[in-house]
Amino acid sequence: MVERTPILNILTHLILITGLIMLLVPLWIVFVASTHDFRTVNTVPMPLWPGNQMVANYTIAWQQSGFGPKMLNSFIVAIGVTAGKIAIAAISAYSIVYFNYRFRSLFFWLIFVTLMLPLEVRIVPTYAVAANVLRPYQELLDATGISTVIGALAGIKITLPEWSMLNSYTGLILPLIATATGTFLYRQFYLTVPDELAEAAKMDGAGPLRFFWDVLLPLSRTNMAALGTIMFVYSWNQYLWPLLIITDIANYGTAVMQLQRLVPGPLFGEPPRWHIAMAGTLMVMTPPLLVVIFMQRWFVRGLVSTDK
Amino acid sequence: MTGKRVTFSNTWLAALLIAPQLLLVFTFFYWPAGEALYWSFTLEPPFGGENQWVGWQNFKTVFEDPLYWNSVRISVIFALSSTALAMGIALILATFVDRQLPGYQAYRFMYFWPYAVAAPAVGLAFRFIFAPDAGFVSALNQWYPGIWNPARDGFDAVVLITLANAWSMVAYNFIFFLAGLQSIPRSLNEAAAMDGSGVLRRMADIQFPLLAPTFFFLVVINLTDSFVNSFGIVDITTAGGPARATDLMVYKIYSDGFKGKDYSLAAAQSLVLMLLVISLTFIQFRYVERRVHYT
Repeated sequence: MVERTPILNILTHLILITGLIMLLVPLWIVFVASTHDFRTVNTVPMPLWPGNQMVANYTIAWQQSGFGPKMLNSFIVAIGVTAGKIAIAAISAYSIVYFNYRFRSLFFWLIFVTLMLPLEVRIVPTYAVAANVLRPYQELLDATGISTVIGALAGIKITLPEWSMLNSYTGLILPLIATATGTFLYRQFYLTVPDELAEAAKMDGAGPLRFFWDVLLPLSRTNMAALGTIMFVYSWNQYLWPLLIITDIANYGTAVMQLQRLVPGPLFGEPPRWHIAMAGTLMVMTPPLLVVIFMQRWFVRGLVSTDK
Repeated sequence: MTGKRVTFSNTWLAALLIAPQLLLVFTFFYWPAGEALYWSFTLEPPFGGENQWVGWQNFKTVFEDPLYWNSVRISVIFALSSTALAMGIALILATFVDRQLPGYQAYRFMYFWPYAVAAPAVGLAFRFIFAPDAGFVSALNQWYPGIWNPARDGFDAVVLITLANAWSMVAYNFIFFLAGLQSIPRSLNEAAAMDGSGVLRRMADIQFPLLAPTFFFLVVINLTDSFVNSFGIVDITTAGGPARATDLMVYKIYSDGFKGKDYSLAAAQSLVLMLLVISLTFIQFRYVERRVHYT
């Protein structure tokens, strides 16, 4: 700033470099370990400089874990969650902010409350719902007496078909969309859009859909980038949920799930092949890392405004 | 304020636009949360059939189980220590980055990276780095055999998951602290500098007090996150062991519910955890409200 503080400046750089080392050394060690052969990686202490086994290790890790289809699954899920979240958040916030009807505050609060309980906390019952998604509706029909009434009037018993989301992309995607993060972000954004825009659009004869599509969506591009980055990282990194609902790992396994099978050690009765495990770890963590690096500007802005 | 002054009046369209979100939230949030409530007060009879109402019995079973209190104790220790560690480091880094010395963008750029790394990947990396017989920290064992072994020593295992969790949370805290620091008007800092207070003095007397709202917000977020999102790290590094030394609450819900197939017991535990998270969130709302008065 204004004064000259040479000693403090050196100290500042020292502290910042120490921080950098603390944060990046684990990543560096993962990388170095993934480039050595079995013997070198198990020497104590391990070398700090990369070896020459990189290509071999990565090929083995890739083939052994079947990362081809798993990465593809992860991409499908991450893109599905990201796109679905943006779409649903944009339209539901639009309904809450730009339309005037009786229940809109109630709806807003119903959605907003979901910020409080993350998926992990209600994992057991959510799993039970995913096993048969229409069961809540069946039980609602039964409990409210609608099915008895219809049964008495028309003589038909209403039984909704069983629809299991286990082992499917919908099961991996939909529960992750059912939160308020994006809706909240979009609502905040709509509230900052000047009223004059809507007024002018109405005067020019644009209906609500036209206004949404031609005015609001283009204006919300930054918002979309921010939400997209956060959702991509969040959904790519999901672990517990896929682990529970995917048993058909060959077809629907995701890359992050596979990490559990990479843990080497006597537990599984095999030699500690850390070089392969670390190669796999690095491959799994790369896509979201790249997204964060390239989208940094938007992502930081989005993160700070979603959670506040 | 929820809505705008200028609104559209097509109620059917409004309903149509909000319907998908409400359906999702009902199916995957309200129904499961309600079901957890129902399960925690009922028991499935051993030979099938409808669940039977048992009142507080499941909670009694949970609260009388010393293993549950063990898991609560470990979760609290884990949450408090990783929050303190992650926030302390992030606060120091953010205040010094905010001095904006030449090259500060490079630090800022790289400090974000750990945010993108999945919890189980952090777990696997730390498991290797801190393995007792390979990797890095094992050098300690050559020098003083048996001093470090997270696979056998419960304390070492807790240290391991705490470090891994703190490492993965530093980036998030850093982003918020830096944003908080940058929203403090530069003129305050400049005025203090004109009055002759040094850099460290300005940090202590201007920047830290003005960061208080961000600080409290982050405390709550970090605690919630450590209680809730620690499954990935624990599952990969220690799997709750050794001898339940790292059996965190989320992990116990998972093992009782899905490995032990005892939904009622797991639901009762989920409900306790839900109450904990909700009360933390309420505290956060209080502070979020208070922060409005600050600026």
